[in-house]
Amino acid sequence: MAESENVTTLTDDNFEDEVLNADEPVLVDFWATWCGPCRQIAPIVEDLADEFAGRAKVGKVDVDDNPQTAQEYGVRSIPTLLFFKDGEVQETLVGASGKKALKEKLEALAGQPA
Amino acid sequence: MHENGTATNGHPSLAAFDGVDFSDAEVRDVVIVGTGPAGWTAALYTARADLNPLIYMGPEPGGQLTTTTDVENYPGFPEGILGPELMERFQDQAERFGTDSRYGTITHVDLRERPYRLLVDEETPVYAQTVIVSTGASARYLGLENEQRLIGSGVSACATCDGSFFRGETVAVVGGGDSAMEESTFLTKFAEKVYVLHRRDELRASKIMQERAFENDKIEFVWNTEVIDVLGENQVEGIEVVNNETSETYVMDDVTGFFLAIGHTPNTGPFEGWLDMDEEGYILTEADSTYTNVPGVFASGDAQDHVYRQAVTAAGTGCKAAIDAERWLAEHGAVDPAAADREPVEA
Repeated sequence: MAESENVTTLTDDNFEDEVLNADEPVLVDFWATWCGPCRQIAPIVEDLADEFAGRAKVGKVDVDDNPQTAQEYGVRSIPTLLFFKDGEVQETLVGASGKKALKEKLEALAGQPA
Repeated sequence: MHENGTATNGHPSLAAFDGVDFSDAEVRDVVIVGTGPAGWTAALYTARADLNPLIYMGPEPGGQLTTTTDVENYPGFPEGILGPELMERFQDQAERFGTDSRYGTITHVDLRERPYRLLVDEETPVYAQTVIVSTGASARYLGLENEQRLIGSGVSACATCDGSFFRGETVAVVGGGDSAMEESTFLTKFAEKVYVLHRRDELRASKIMQERAFENDKIEFVWNTEVIDVLGENQVEGIEVVNNETSETYVMDDVTGFFLAIGHTPNTGPFEGWLDMDEEGYILTEADSTYTNVPGVFASGDAQDHVYRQAVTAAGTGCKAAIDAERWLAEHGAVDPAAADREPVEA
């Protein structure tokens, strides 16, 4: 499955720029290549990235390559999804979640489409 | 259990259906609920029977096997296969024959008459001529308030998912069965020390799994012990336990990871009150079949099996449900939604 171009690859180096200093809300998916549930929700995360393009950012952090960020946010289970706005964590979801729940939370942070 | 929520007129509340417009809803011959080995196998068989099955993936697509590593007992894979990869193969095979698979969870059902009415994620209506329930089971938690609060922050029911976050730390596993042995042995790859807490003084686990755990230097068994609280503000910083023989309580303050391996609970909530279940919520099926008490509704996999609970037995019952549904449909035909004479839904 080709990865959506709307999904931002986040790292320990670009996390501040891409997430904390972002103007729009950001959904961050902490995952790893060996994590089954992460692979299963990946298509949902990609759909959201496409649907919210321009209104919210969607990014993924590979916890194996970026342990610093995972540790900083106390991530000890994956998948963990964090919703950021204005550099602050607004909401945390641990484990695989349905698309509807994710969409509603993102919608609430992004506001209704103009 | 199935008396819960039953309205006075004999079926569970249909309040969730209020205001949902079914006039343009899809009408499908077979709707399959859940995508573990049972669901995908039911999809494979009904797709090959040209029934154009629609399958909803539920909150945990791929099911319990996506939280395991090596599956060494699925026949046909002599070298073993990774659980998530096995489930991707199930999915590919079902989709190759035309299975229509979608994200979404069936949250409510109305099984008064055919075609049955289903709600996806509380809002999207679908009609089903037959339903195959393959919702599986999920890991059970102790139900302690602080345990629930710290899920994802040191509390986990999936060692294979989360073990690597506990490198060099001390963790505790609760349970005495095969999965407790497997998880604790797996966790020794990362953790410095693994306590296995068991409320009795002997294990339920199979001999081979017990021996593997007993031989591991990093594993220490703590017998006759129950967990009464999980400590820590933002992360697990210890657990409080009680020895059930001496009634002595104490804190294990070196524990920073807490893993549950105390069995499973079936994901049959949406069917409560409609389908006959045992006291734990497992769906009851007629002997030698996948028939439930509702005609045209079939149950397969762990949602109706607390005895065998294997990928291969789940796949087997998924196949049976597909064949039962196919034959049942051939005999009873499909019903036009317009012909159904439903009572108005009470407020």
